[in-house]
Amino acid sequence: MPGRTVIPFGPQHPVFPEPLQLRLTMEEERVIDAVPALGYMHRGIEQLAQTKDYAQNVFLMERVCGICSFMHALCYCQSVESLLGIEAPPRARFMRTIQAELGRLQSHYLWLGLVADACGFESLFMQAWRNREMIMDCQEAVSGSRVTISTCAIGGCRRDWDDGVLQELTRRLDDVERSMDAIAPVFFEDPLVKQRTVGAGIITKQEATLLGAVGPVARASGIVEDMRRLGYAAYDELDFKPVVETSCDSYARMIVRLRETFQAINLIRQALKKMPAGEVLNKWKGTPEGEAISRVEQPRGELMYYIRSNGGKNPERLRIRTPTLSNIPSLVKMLKGSRLSDVPVIALSIDSCISCTER
Amino acid sequence: MIDNVVPVTRETLLAEAQRLADGGQRLISATAIDQGEYLEILYHFDKDLKLTHLKLEVKPGEEVPSISRVYFCAFIPENELKDLFGINISNIVIDYQGKFFLEDEAPRTPLLKSKPPEQGDPREVAR
Amino acid sequence: MGFISTARVKSPWIMHFETGSCNGCAIEVFAALTPVYDLERFGILNTGNPKHADIMLVTGCVSFRAGRVLRNLYHQMPGPKAVVAIGVCALTGGIFHDCYNLAPGVDKVIPVDVYVPGCAARPEAIIAGTVMALDRLAGKAGPPNIAPGEPRRGLEEGRVVEIAPGNSDK
Repeated sequence: MPGRTVIPFGPQHPVFPEPLQLRLTMEEERVIDAVPALGYMHRGIEQLAQTKDYAQNVFLMERVCGICSFMHALCYCQSVESLLGIEAPPRARFMRTIQAELGRLQSHYLWLGLVADACGFESLFMQAWRNREMIMDCQEAVSGSRVTISTCAIGGCRRDWDDGVLQELTRRLDDVERSMDAIAPVFFEDPLVKQRTVGAGIITKQEATLLGAVGPVARASGIVEDMRRLGYAAYDELDFKPVVETSCDSYARMIVRLRETFQAINLIRQALKKMPAGEVLNKWKGTPEGEAISRVEQPRGELMYYIRSNGGKNPERLRIRTPTLSNIPSLVKMLKGSRLSDVPVIALSIDSCISCTER
Repeated sequence: MIDNVVPVTRETLLAEAQRLADGGQRLISATAIDQGEYLEILYHFDKDLKLTHLKLEVKPGEEVPSISRVYFCAFIPENELKDLFGINISNIVIDYQGKFFLEDEAPRTPLLKSKPPEQGDPREVAR
Repeated sequence: MGFISTARVKSPWIMHFETGSCNGCAIEVFAALTPVYDLERFGILNTGNPKHADIMLVTGCVSFRAGRVLRNLYHQMPGPKAVVAIGVCALTGGIFHDCYNLAPGVDKVIPVDVYVPGCAARPEAIIAGTVMALDRLAGKAGPPNIAPGEPRRGLEEGRVVEIAPGNSDK
């Protein structure tokens, strides 16, 4: 019987932009067991949120994660709105949808670049990130900032867009789509990318449900699960179907994300067409009371906020459940039995966002 | 207010979790809320966009059985509860012994409102 | 300047380490490396190995666990070396200053040469900061900054096992 070795994978590793450690128990080249070691990014936001008032917390929640910061603000604002019993005006709901989809686009392109890099395909990495910069320009055009855009507020959106912004966004979307059309076939067809991803990190439909997989990981295993079907923001008025693949491997997860980028462009176009005129911010007063749950579909999956308030100035308890936290058990399952050389691609395929995870 | 809350006790928790697992429910997370006298633990489940919650009330120091034998993914929120609230959860599949998020330097059970008097803040004790 | 130090300034390799903030600055560091901003035009190359690196870019508010890794990585880098702290979290802890699990500021843990402010720091600022750090490699900079006062508990000297003490700065 061959001896067993424990290899610490991370926390500082070229494929991870963030510190995450996987303790891999190896038998020669096979992974027998994997134990995730977290805690490198834990700050304690849940505790800090209990010391700040409701309006201040919007800015704090944006900084839970820099990639999907808008979604965090959106989910938090929705939960407070449902405590207060108010709703965002229709125009603000469409603006939220557009910004959420822009966020999804840039996050997926970020990930596509990283996976190309993990496959050793450096030129594709650079191309994907060049495309991402075009999307970042769109985001900057509508919000004025690249990362933490601070446009979401309790009761709507902070600032209205004029017609010039909308025309500019429509024009730039065409450019973005053209460059996406140029690069997508490489991910779909290229033998190098396929060799690394097809058959790597398989997780079946049944396992995925029991392991609590969410987002693209679940959808790549044939589970139709998309929180956008809840109809928050303006998703109930837009026409879309969750992207589902059935081959359950890393390739399927990549295809789900790629198809979602095109879906996001489509959703933004629909929203731009249907967007009504009017107010963007409902004023609110008083202190909320009770408990509420809000869920949104982040680029990485379902994000849940649980908020409880006892009528005080600050929330009594704010619980943030981020998608990567639910996908880590699936990662542990995927890694068992894989080869060491496949570990980077498999670990990336859940699109882990550690700053979200540990808060 | 959230609806669909099923109250459970420490004895019935595992059976209820098994029932939900057999029904194809997905575990979302577990949340603890410090209510002063007791701790409230909410287990959130989802099926077809409908939420179900199990509500468990425990006194500080009471032993809570782990549901990670039923739902493997429960080891993450359970370790989190152990770290941040000091809830005594037994038989977790992967048990980090209270070191999931926190290093030795960080305060113990930072989310508990009242610190247990015998423990206190380790930094204060060290000084 | 000798041949080697001239060459070092013309092709410094960088290593990036994220110590626990919102990730926004970390992604902006990557963005600065890619075609639109193109940090590589200065001969700068990204590496994952601290032994190959001349400049360390640090983002994030230094949680206790990551702080230990950060110090370990810093001591593995061969001298002369420079550290660039990026984003308000790396400078002072920023919005997370009052959180319980961190030692706010990179300079509480390792000496810092250049501070790049911003939340999140823009890629242009990151490029400017990295180019400023080249002074350290050229031997032109003054002593690096260390936060005044006592080091934070648990992050003081000696807690970390130094992998290669011969490589740390004299």
